[in-house]
Amino acid sequence: MNATLIVGACQAGVQIASVLRERGDTAPIYLVGEEPHRPYQRPPLSKGWIKGELQPDDVILRTREWFAERDIELITGDRVVTVHRAEDGTGTATTEGGRRIEFSRLALTTGASARRLPLEGTDYHGVHYLRDADQAISLQPALADENARDVVVIGGGFIGLETAAVARGLGKNVTVLEAAPRLVGRVVAEETSAFYLDAHRRRGIDVVLDARIARILGGDARVAGTHGSVTGVELEDGTVIPADLVLIGVGVIPRTELADQLGLDVDGGIVVDAAARASDGRTVAAGDCALMPNPYPQGVGGNIRLESVNNALEQAKIAAASLLGEPAEYRSVPWFWSDQADLKLQIAGLSTGYDQVVVRGEPATEKFAVLYYRAGRLIAADVVNHPAEFLAIRTALNKGGTIPPEAAADPTIPLKGAVVLPEAATL
Amino acid sequence: MSTVTYTADDGTVTTIDGRAGDSIMETAVRNGVPGIVGECGGSLSCATCHVFVAEQTRELFGEPSELEDEMLDGTAVDRRDESRLSCQLTLQDGCEYHVTTPSDQY
Repeated sequence: MNATLIVGACQAGVQIASVLRERGDTAPIYLVGEEPHRPYQRPPLSKGWIKGELQPDDVILRTREWFAERDIELITGDRVVTVHRAEDGTGTATTEGGRRIEFSRLALTTGASARRLPLEGTDYHGVHYLRDADQAISLQPALADENARDVVVIGGGFIGLETAAVARGLGKNVTVLEAAPRLVGRVVAEETSAFYLDAHRRRGIDVVLDARIARILGGDARVAGTHGSVTGVELEDGTVIPADLVLIGVGVIPRTELADQLGLDVDGGIVVDAAARASDGRTVAAGDCALMPNPYPQGVGGNIRLESVNNALEQAKIAAASLLGEPAEYRSVPWFWSDQADLKLQIAGLSTGYDQVVVRGEPATEKFAVLYYRAGRLIAADVVNHPAEFLAIRTALNKGGTIPPEAAADPTIPLKGAVVLPEAATL
Repeated sequence: MSTVTYTADDGTVTTIDGRAGDSIMETAVRNGVPGIVGECGGSLSCATCHVFVAEQTRELFGEPSELEDEMLDGTAVDRRDESRLSCQLTLQDGCEYHVTTPSDQY
C-alpha cells in the first residue's frame, strides 16, 4: 500500500492529489485540511470576497464530485497534530478529531498564517487579519457596515493595499500605515513603489510611510472576557488616527510545526530541494510553507519562499512527481498578480539580484511597465494595466529570451517583436 | 442547468452540467476538465483559459472587452477569430455550449 497523506487542503495540496491521479496512482490519498471549508482559492478573499461580490461556490477549487470520482479522501475541519515516520518511510498521523492515518508517502502543504503584530490593543473588536476564509467571512460584513467610516490598514504590502483599495471603493476614509520607507518594498523596485504611493493617494487613500505605531486604542468596555471596540491607532509621535476598523496585513509565518516534529530542516520555511523534497529526502513540501532553491533566474542562488498561486501549482507538480519517484526539477518562471482598485499589476519572473531597471511608458498614465535586468539580461517585470506586455514578457522569459533595454525603454517599439530568443527557440 | 461540451486538442470530448452564473473556465477547472488551466481564477490576469468557441456558442455571448482582447494577443497558442478567454464566458440556464481547447495554455 502506497497511501499518500497530504497535510493542507489548499491549492498546492489539491494539485498534488490531482497530479497523482492523472499519473495513474490508484493508492489511497488522504487530503486533510484544518479549515472547515472545501478547498478554496485564497486570492479572491482580499478582492471580490471582501467587496461582498462572491459566494462560497464562487471560490471553491473543485466540486465535491471531483474528489469522490477520483477517490480522494477529503477531510476538512480536522487538523493533523502528530506525525511519525519509521526508518522504512511508513508513517502514522493522528488528528485532533481522533483520526489515525497510515501512509507511506507524505506531502506537507501546510501554508502559512497571518503574522500577528505584537502590539497593545490588537484584541479589540474591529481589529482584523486577512489570510483565511473565516477571517474574510468576518471582515466582509464589518467593511460593509455603514457605521465603520474610518479604516486603518497596518501594512502596505499586497494584502494591505488590496484591502485598502476595497475599503476606499466602499467610500471609507482609509489610512495605510507602512513601517518601511516605501510600499511593497519586499517585492518591487522603487519605481513601482512610488507609482502605487501616488496612485493610492490619487484615489483618496492617506498613506503614511515610516509609520511607527505605539498602540491600537479602544473603548473601555473590556470587562470579564468581553472586549471593547477599536477607536483608533496611536503613532509613537502621539498622533491618533481614528479607526472603526483596523486590518493588519504584515506578512505571514509559514506553518512548519509538523516539519519540526519530523526533524526536517526548517529555516523560515520547510527547506526543500529543486525536486520539492525536504531534508529527509522523501517528505515533500510545496506552496507557501516551502523554502526552495531560487528557481529563476538560474545562477542567482539562495533560497526563496514564494507566496503565489503559480508557485503552489508548479511546486505541487514537482512534489507529486517526486512522490512517484519520477525525476522533476522546478524550472518555470514565477508569476504573480495583484488587483487594487482599477489597477492590475502582473509580475513575471523574480527580480532578485537585479542591477538595472528600465521604466517603459509613463507611470502617471497608470499603464506602464518596470523591467528588471541583471548583467544586461531581462529577469523580471512589473506590468501595470498592460496585460499584452505582461504576456509578451512572460513568454519571452519562459523561452529563455530577453528584451534589449533600449527597445524596452521605447514604448513605440512593440515588445513582442523585440524579444531576442536563445538559438533554436521560437516564439 | 446548462451543458458545456469541451473538445480537447486530441479530440477527447467531455460534457459537464454547468451552473448558471459560472464561467466556462470555472466549470472546467472545478470538474477537472483538461486543457483549461485558469490559474488566476478568472481575474483576467493569466490567459491560461483560452478556448475556441463554436459558432452557435459564439452567438450566446457579446464581444470581448478591451482587456480580454489585449490578453488574447498573448495566449500560448495564437488567437483565431473564434478565440475567447473562457473565464469571461458566463453560463445561462438552459443553454448548450461547445468549445475546443488549444494544445497549450502556457
